[in-house]
Amino acid sequence: MSDPSKPHNNKAWFLVLPVVASVAFTAIIPLVIVVNYSVQDIFGPGNRVFVGGEWFRNILNDSSIRDSFWRTIRFSLQVLAIQIPLGIAIGLAMPKRGWRASMALVLMALPLLIPFNVVGTIWQIFARADIGLGGYVVNDLLGITYNYSQNPRDAWFTVLLMDTWHWTPLVALLVYAGLRSIPDAYYRAATIDGARRLAIFRYIELPRLRGVLTIAVLLRFMDSFMIYTEPFVLTGGGPGNTTNFLSISLTKIAIGQFDLGRAAAYSLVYFFFIQLFCFIFYTAMKRQEV
Amino acid sequence: MAEIRLDGVRHRYGRSDDALKGIDLTWEDGGAYALLGPSGCGKTTMLNIISGLLTPTEGRILFDGVDVTGASTVERNIAQVFQFPVLYESMTVEQNMRFPLRNRGIDKREAQARAEEVAELLEIGHLLKERAKGLSADAKQLVSLSRALVRRDVSAILFDEPLTVIDPQKKWTLRQALKRVHSELNHTLVYVTHDQTEALTFADTVVVMDQGEVVQKGTPDELFERPAHTFVGNFIGSPGMNFIDCAVRGGVVGFGGVDLLRLPSSVSPDHEPGDVIGIRPDFVRCAPLDRSGPAGLEAEVGAVRDIGTAHLVELLVGDAGLVARIPPGEHVPSGRCTVLMDGDDVHFFRHGVRVEGSSSVVGTGGAR
Amino acid sequence: MRPSHVNAMRRTWLLVYVVALMLPIAWMALMSLRPNQDILGSFTWWPENFSLDNYRTIFTDASWYTGYLNSIQYTLLNMVLSLAVALPAAYAFSRYRFLGDNHLFFWLLTNRMAPAAVFLLPVFQLYQNVGLFDTPLAVALAHMLFNVPLAVWILEGFMSSVPRSIDETALIDGYRFPRFFLRVFLPLIRSGVGVAAFFCFMFSWVELLLARTLTSVNAKPIAVTMTRTVSASGLDWGLLTAAGTLTLIPGALVIWFVRKHIAKGFALGRV
Repeated sequence: MSDPSKPHNNKAWFLVLPVVASVAFTAIIPLVIVVNYSVQDIFGPGNRVFVGGEWFRNILNDSSIRDSFWRTIRFSLQVLAIQIPLGIAIGLAMPKRGWRASMALVLMALPLLIPFNVVGTIWQIFARADIGLGGYVVNDLLGITYNYSQNPRDAWFTVLLMDTWHWTPLVALLVYAGLRSIPDAYYRAATIDGARRLAIFRYIELPRLRGVLTIAVLLRFMDSFMIYTEPFVLTGGGPGNTTNFLSISLTKIAIGQFDLGRAAAYSLVYFFFIQLFCFIFYTAMKRQEV
Repeated sequence: MAEIRLDGVRHRYGRSDDALKGIDLTWEDGGAYALLGPSGCGKTTMLNIISGLLTPTEGRILFDGVDVTGASTVERNIAQVFQFPVLYESMTVEQNMRFPLRNRGIDKREAQARAEEVAELLEIGHLLKERAKGLSADAKQLVSLSRALVRRDVSAILFDEPLTVIDPQKKWTLRQALKRVHSELNHTLVYVTHDQTEALTFADTVVVMDQGEVVQKGTPDELFERPAHTFVGNFIGSPGMNFIDCAVRGGVVGFGGVDLLRLPSSVSPDHEPGDVIGIRPDFVRCAPLDRSGPAGLEAEVGAVRDIGTAHLVELLVGDAGLVARIPPGEHVPSGRCTVLMDGDDVHFFRHGVRVEGSSSVVGTGGAR
Repeated sequence: MRPSHVNAMRRTWLLVYVVALMLPIAWMALMSLRPNQDILGSFTWWPENFSLDNYRTIFTDASWYTGYLNSIQYTLLNMVLSLAVALPAAYAFSRYRFLGDNHLFFWLLTNRMAPAAVFLLPVFQLYQNVGLFDTPLAVALAHMLFNVPLAVWILEGFMSSVPRSIDETALIDGYRFPRFFLRVFLPLIRSGVGVAAFFCFMFSWVELLLARTLTSVNAKPIAVTMTRTVSASGLDWGLLTAAGTLTLIPGALVIWFVRKHIAKGFALGRV
């Protein structure tokens, strides 16, 4: 990207024009509409009042939204704390080549290609105490009372487990690909230098995985921060508000209550945080490249 | 430091042909060796067998007489410099140099002292505190080398085409550093390359390999003056040796009606298919036609190429083609000329192998 | 030369993980082979009476199978559109510097991170106003929100690994730009195109929120058919699991075809 030897040519804009046009249609226009909503109170078609920053004040002072925010942050951090190390451990264990590698690759990519609501359904079925294998084993064989639709702790745990099941393969595949791009000579040199397994990981593999791990952290943080469908199907945000993440609560206000102005202001605040995180990550990445 | 001996080493990858075809070879202690050969001749395989990254299909490897065939790289205490620089990029140069010592439990102060010593030898003392990641390719390669040198007791240092990624201008500096290292520390060095200039300038002894076999082991001069094999004659020198079909009758080798060599009595005195004579372009002389020379070596002069350090002249004697290398300042022929060869510079090859003990027939070219 | 017991441990650990990964999926697949009453009856490890009735229902009932056709339709449409606009842009980013290039690139990337929930309301209104509501094209366009930035990002990585001298040589040889791009350049980055297409497919196939918002009857995706059937007919687990199992097949097929290239795509760190 930032190769300074590239020729400067503003005609290149013609080549990016289709992208700009398509993203304008899918992102800018909707965003303008959101901004427009966010400063009005909308009661129905043709019946709206300009309220200025009222909705924003309302959102920022809403304790349940604030709870959702911290809940989502907590979820995202837990996701990172579990999935990144786990993904590294799996990536390291994957065979480098041969049919086993292909097999592992295909099986591990499978959860990534399941529609989000089906992921929810799979876990709903799997974790239910009456018909689910997981729920049955925990309740009846291990004798631990477990019910994700009633017990808040169980619900949180199940959503976290589901997300780990769903997305750790992504981290593992990134790590695997990163490992594959390390030339053999590095391992040989380390052997010759008398490095033990842990030192090889620490001084050869980890530094060379930095790029893919940054991406993994970025993607996992952002996507878990926006999580909607899987917990919606599994718990619907409950029990109580236990798994009421930002996207779920936003959708409830927007579609459930059809509170357009408030939902729009909510969207913008939400979007602002996403942009902020993105910017922090992007800056950190750029600094790393130098 | 150690003497390394390969004893009947044979290696095969999977079901393919032998990559190494039964090699017996000794690398003497403290020698600077080059292992030279075209791509795919088996030199990297040989290197990996010495370093212990590969276990040969057959045969033994002895370090100072001790069988290490099954020993690991660490146990053999080998150091290696790779084709492209291999560094621990998250460390500084100094940490890189201390890493092999640290892994062997050598204490920090001593490691530090050795790092500084080696850095001085390689003239990279000013880089010690720098991040390894930001260095230029040649500096990186020096640091890779320094990691090999901090361990004073290594059995041998192996170089796997270490100058491949280095700019031509910097190659010279690195080669100088290697020579300095060898003269001061006296390690056994094995330098793998496909570039004859690198091999000939670096090594005391050059081992030439082709198709999984060692075809000759000798000093650079020996390889140049008495190639044991047509392959060596061709591969060493630029351009390579001239090979011409010849006549063999009654133990005398002739070309163009002129007798050149008398064969030793140990070989058959009659012509066999594939008999050739070889002569270096450097030793082919041209004289004006009117000069009274021996008959039959009259040549037609073909293309002349100026390669800066000399002129390369293509000559056609009968239907045999030759190249002569005319040093600067000497007359470059044109049209037709007489070709002069000294029997001492002419070698006879039977089945591709040089026949030792041929003697020059007096009065052939005679005009040296 | 690692000790063999370390290798054995690694293999076992991976095996355990993969089995754990497959377990919930296998459970769903098993359940789809049982009639609903049977499922609700009592817990069994292994179904006693197998039946393909659930699948038969899905393949014969138009309200079910059209869901699949709709999903595949907008997914493919999205893939083609995303690649078509992303290819020239990626080329521009990899070959030239131009006014605001870095900012534009960053802005594109932030769209990959935009939560779909934020766009629900306006997107609904927008597509209704332009008359695209409830068409596959609407969903395909909406999914371009995150797939176009992604495709640009992946393709830019692959293109930058092709030396610029190739472009120059081809243009000196008298290739016109469009011909050069299609005949010379595109074949060089075809694995990149494959990887980008794979990820476009993936993210469009799995998305539900926008797809649900932008469709009602005619273009309803299978995922939505599933959620609606659940609420309407009071949980028919057999049917639901059969439908869910069927949604795995296109994904599995696609992974199988691109498995060789996937590692490379991931290696660029661009997903």
